[in-house]
Amino acid sequence: MAKKLQTFFLEFANIHRFLLRFWRELVTPPYEFKEIIRQCYEIGYKSLPLISLTGFIVGFVFTKQSRPSLEEFGATSMLPSLISIAIVRALAPLVTALIASGKVGSQIGAELSSMNVTEQIDAMEVSGTNPYKYLIVSRILATTIGIPVLCFYVAGIGLLGGYLSMMSKDDLSFLSFFTQVFETIAFKDLGAMVLRAVIFGFTIGAVSCYCGYFSSKGTEGVGKAANAAVVASMFLVFIEEIIIVQVLSFFG
Amino acid sequence: MEKAKLNIDHSQSVIEIRNVSKSFGDNHVLKNVNLDLYKEENLVVLGRSGTGKSVLIKLISGLLKPDEGAIDVLGESVTELNDRQLRELRLKIGFSFQNSALYDSMTVRENLEFPLVRNKRKLTRSEINYAVEEVLDGVGLSQAINQMPSELSGGQRKRIGIARTLILRPEIMMYDEPTAGLDPITCLDINGLINEVQERYKTSSIIITHDLACAKEVGDRIVMLLDGKFERQGSFEEIFDTDDARVRAFYNYNFIL
Repeated sequence: MAKKLQTFFLEFANIHRFLLRFWRELVTPPYEFKEIIRQCYEIGYKSLPLISLTGFIVGFVFTKQSRPSLEEFGATSMLPSLISIAIVRALAPLVTALIASGKVGSQIGAELSSMNVTEQIDAMEVSGTNPYKYLIVSRILATTIGIPVLCFYVAGIGLLGGYLSMMSKDDLSFLSFFTQVFETIAFKDLGAMVLRAVIFGFTIGAVSCYCGYFSSKGTEGVGKAANAAVVASMFLVFIEEIIIVQVLSFFG
Repeated sequence: MEKAKLNIDHSQSVIEIRNVSKSFGDNHVLKNVNLDLYKEENLVVLGRSGTGKSVLIKLISGLLKPDEGAIDVLGESVTELNDRQLRELRLKIGFSFQNSALYDSMTVRENLEFPLVRNKRKLTRSEINYAVEEVLDGVGLSQAINQMPSELSGGQRKRIGIARTLILRPEIMMYDEPTAGLDPITCLDINGLINEVQERYKTSSIIITHDLACAKEVGDRIVMLLDGKFERQGSFEEIFDTDDARVRAFYNYNFIL
């Protein structure tokens, strides 16, 4: 028990040091703009097919499933409002974060871990490059920037899915659907969505980099790091979602 | 082929290790060791696997910190440097890793350019290209410039790894098990390359190995790490002119079995 507690606190201290170093390296030149852009491309652009499909299905299915409940009250005309609130306030950031945890988290965890195992990180260090800045800061920044952008994209695709789902039953024009959507969404909803996505993006990047960078040596360590990155990212995303919802509802 | 004896100036140390100890938990890997590397000398550190040979060069390059003792490299105390100073010092130290540690996601050209682009930011594209081609030619692998590391053989990877360290023109080279996992002919090639690097670039080198043929061929001086201490040092013949069973066993394993 004492040993477990000791391990827990050591890990806690390690994470603390890791995050402190991130902020320190973030504000210290030189800046790795090229690598940040490359990582944004890897993380953002290459996730588009999966994100598109998931966003579309979520919007489509959510609309399909919500329709019968509103039909009971003769309120199907409220469907665009309901979809927009659900997607912008909750579904888009959460779905983007969960998909990114799986795809991007495992990718970062496995990549850094295998670089660690094959001494590529040490090689970078001895050749005068700061691997923390080059590998970690660039990836965490890329997920923090990339996931909010993906989140907007998922919201758009999800709303499109919702519109197509509605269109199959109702005679509703594209313009009137999206007019109702934008009338419902307030600026603070968009702000809350961005806030969520930024927090989720930072969490996924930081957790995945931590798991990969400090993985145990050996090929087994690569699998464990990828797995830990996904599980820990998803877990933290859910915890953060609960906290954010409580905080935002407190502020109205 | 045994290398020609060089005149090493024993008054000019480029690395001084004094009373260094390093442990990992209960495993005391290095116990109060002292060692000097002299200018333009090839020093071979012999020892069985797991005796702390690689730990020694990781301590020298600052990848690990000693529990006790002092390490001076080119007049600077490694343990007292901050991150930025350490990175500057490392530019003068070439490190060839046991498994080459080439960046998987980059081509050979990109691997070689990486340290240059990051540390010599004022170089023009044509200067970078020239440096890459020159160093690649030096290790005899000009044709591999656009290949990925996964397309290279073990020996070729080692050569590219050495080329990547040479591109920054280091004063000190450290080779971690340069012949491990290679066939005997490729081992001879790598040994030849280590001697060539010493002659051409006037480097001082530490070669970590348990391969006696390699030690004999490249070493100007050999030290033997036994139970965490440098028990013996001298020429190849001097090292093995002993009744110490541990040393004899090491010799017999390499040359008889």
